[in-house]
Amino acid sequence: MARIALEHVDKVYANGYVAARDLSLEAADGEFLVLVGPSGSGKSTVLRLMAGLEQVTSGIIRIGERDVTDLPPQQRDIAMVFQNYALYPHMTVRDNLGFGLSIRKQPAAMIKERVRSVSASLGLDALLDRKPAQLSGGQRQRVALGRAIVREPLAFLFDEPLSNLDAQLRVETRVELARLHRQLGATMVYVTHDQSEALTLGDRIAVLRDGALQQVASPMELYARPANRFVAGFIGSPAMNFLDGVLRTKEGDPGGGSNVIFEGSGVTIEVPCDAPAGSKVVLGLRPQHLEVVPDTEGTIRAEVVVVEPMGNEQIVYTLLEAQRLVAVAPPELSIVPGAMVSLRVKRDAGHIFDAESGIRLGSRAT
Amino acid sequence: MTFRWGRWLFGAVLVALVLFTLFPFYWAIVASLTPDAALFREPSLWPRTIILDHYRALFDERDFLTPIRNSLVVAGTTTAFCLMVGTLAAYAMARLEFRGKAAIMAFILAVTMFPQISIVSPLYLLLRSMHLIDTYPGLIMPYMTFAMPLTVWILTGSIRQIPRDLEDAAHVDGASRRQSFTKILLPLAVPSLATTAILTFIYCWNEFLFALSFTLGPERQTVPVAIALFRGQYQVPWGQILAAAVVATAPVAAMVLVFQRRIVQGLTAGAVKG
Amino acid sequence: MKKEARLGWMLVAPALGVIALIAIFPLGWTVWESLHMHELRMPWLGKPFIGVDNYLEIARDPRFWGALGHTAFFTVVSISLELILGLFLALAMNRAFRGRGFVRAAVLVPWAIPTVVAALLWRFMFESEAGIANALLVDAGILTKPIVWFIETATAWVPVILADVWKTTPFVALLLLAGLQNIDLTLYEAAAVDGANQWWQLRHITLPLLKPAILVTLIFRTLDGFRVFDLIYVLTGGGPGTSTEPVALYTFNALLQNLRFGYGSALSVVIFAITFGLALLYMKGLGVRLAGDER
Repeated sequence: MARIALEHVDKVYANGYVAARDLSLEAADGEFLVLVGPSGSGKSTVLRLMAGLEQVTSGIIRIGERDVTDLPPQQRDIAMVFQNYALYPHMTVRDNLGFGLSIRKQPAAMIKERVRSVSASLGLDALLDRKPAQLSGGQRQRVALGRAIVREPLAFLFDEPLSNLDAQLRVETRVELARLHRQLGATMVYVTHDQSEALTLGDRIAVLRDGALQQVASPMELYARPANRFVAGFIGSPAMNFLDGVLRTKEGDPGGGSNVIFEGSGVTIEVPCDAPAGSKVVLGLRPQHLEVVPDTEGTIRAEVVVVEPMGNEQIVYTLLEAQRLVAVAPPELSIVPGAMVSLRVKRDAGHIFDAESGIRLGSRAT
Repeated sequence: MTFRWGRWLFGAVLVALVLFTLFPFYWAIVASLTPDAALFREPSLWPRTIILDHYRALFDERDFLTPIRNSLVVAGTTTAFCLMVGTLAAYAMARLEFRGKAAIMAFILAVTMFPQISIVSPLYLLLRSMHLIDTYPGLIMPYMTFAMPLTVWILTGSIRQIPRDLEDAAHVDGASRRQSFTKILLPLAVPSLATTAILTFIYCWNEFLFALSFTLGPERQTVPVAIALFRGQYQVPWGQILAAAVVATAPVAAMVLVFQRRIVQGLTAGAVKG
Repeated sequence: MKKEARLGWMLVAPALGVIALIAIFPLGWTVWESLHMHELRMPWLGKPFIGVDNYLEIARDPRFWGALGHTAFFTVVSISLELILGLFLALAMNRAFRGRGFVRAAVLVPWAIPTVVAALLWRFMFESEAGIANALLVDAGILTKPIVWFIETATAWVPVILADVWKTTPFVALLLLAGLQNIDLTLYEAAAVDGANQWWQLRHITLPLLKPAILVTLIFRTLDGFRVFDLIYVLTGGGPGTSTEPVALYTFNALLQNLRFGYGSALSVVIFAITFGLALLYMKGLGVRLAGDER
């Protein structure tokens, strides 16, 4: 196992399209690093750069301590699981599994043994003599996985491997992958556009946007302390609410305190923030931090537009001064579309983002 | 689309078309089995007498096997060579990035549009100066002017349809470019190669102008030329000509019947792209 | 990237080299030759450079203009018939019916045989007053008495065009079929739900979406039409006289029968220019997306 690192990598295509700008990123030895972002964010490009399937325009790629920037994929000793599995259609499952080893002229006995053990652990024994066309989607996925594992590479790269599976299979396989990671202790770099997948699988998550790294941190860190508005809005479901407004000092506060007042879009609350009064800001509120309360306790009154019952909770879409505000309520409350509802913000729950740059403005405390 | 009232009309026209298509062959077979004297007497749709004289004469008196042999050699060699060289070129066009690719493609397409007549005379003089008139190489070389572009064109389209992911996976697995080409791409391209071979072979077999211009006598003439130049002593030997036509057509018809799906795929692979 | 480019050129070089050697070089040679007088029958005249004199002679040559007219006539009539029949055939083969494989194979056979053989078959059928064509037409009441087809120009064209349509319609049908199969079926379903009948669907969905395929077919067939040689050489020999002679056959005669290499080369260049011009025109209309790459 080894670490994979990108150092100040740029990737510009011949037609001028910038897929990666000054990207510096590292997956530590044995870490499960997830690359997440909307389509076009460059995450697949980063993976392909790591694999050697694309060349960097400038910058360095390291595997372990070795500079592999100029090495072709054959010499990097990493394995990749493709979105469409890329199983060799004219070979049996057994031959697919053993391809990487037989290409490197490994002894036949060793290949046979490794294929046998990987096949057993992935439950592929019954399928060994079939061709990929005769397999289901989930089975093909496991073969693709097996092909990578058999090689015992320095690291694994995954390119949205679950996106072609149906919802239930996706969840099951996710668990499998997590188990596999613990079992092998391997370095894994995983690309997905699904933020919930990222949160559940990653030791650390790197959020990308338009080829630039937004933030790389643990799931909890990303959730609780997003670096900017984009990350805050991307991570977490349902998505964070954003309200425009300004800051002003707390009444009776001589200054030096850590809290200020946010005012805007029909909401006035106290938030921990260092920024000076008068700054134009955006308030971020997670739906989970907006409670539905009896009228006497709430500070915000909004009109309910739609209620989505999810079983364990309800997602309440409301309208406040022509802006949408989403809240999450326990399932037993009776909330009716068209009615007014009172909301209260949990204490210290709001994030403040600079209106122009989107950067989160924290306080000394956070 | 489901026609209702038009279904019968549709079927009738279709049947008419098929009859129109097959009738000339039927008539040729009938005539090839009819004695010369009766050919233009009173034609009837059913043969009155059946003789095999024409077919016998074809191989005894006219040595029809020689043109067949010549066609096989020329078409076969051209096809084999173009396939080998063309596959490499098609791989480059379909998988590699280099400047000038679009120009090359346009160039190849343009060459397929050459009127053959425009290069007959210089080719004739060139071949004559190389003493290649009336020889096998003297036909194979000119045939490559249309066979090579055709091969590259069809194969490039076919290779493009094979997912690139497979070779990427092979590279990551440790295969060199040459290995991914021979172990992954080539096996998957076999159907396209077969189709291209069939199409190229057919085009070469049917070629007339070059064969007519670059051969001098029966020793090296190909089937189309031999048939077209059948001369009788007193009159046009229709019986033998049609017998030759049947002999020339039967294997082609058989090939088409067996490979029709492939042929259709191959013809449309390079042509329409939506 | 440099390495990939070098490999690319290396792999393309043999094919390109062959094509260039055997196609471009002779073409250049033909152009050069067309600027000289070169009568192989009169070698004592040498091979003087005469500039564009050959081309001027072509412009004044009634036989050339006749040939051009014949070629244009043949091309236009054949293509029209082939497009209509081919479209019908393509529409028919687009739906599954019993025996479809047989029909597809049957109509492919004329395409697959040598043109000269096709020409011979049709020549035979229209040969002499006792030929089968005459017999069938008289029996059907279309003719009152048998005609000698190859004596008159107008009647000589009939077997020529019939033979070309017979041989080439399958190819046209195939190209159109490919285009048909690219049309999204749900368009028809949506139209049916909205209340449109078959003819409306044909006119407003099928034909417009088939335009690219039709254009491609037109390109290939027009160029083939202008290069026609085998068919007419065997069917009419250009006759009666030279009244069905296309430009390619005229050039052939000038070169290899009259041995006028200079003049024949000029004719070759003119033919090439015409076909190339047509091809360019078409391609512009189609919008060239030939080397389109996905990456």
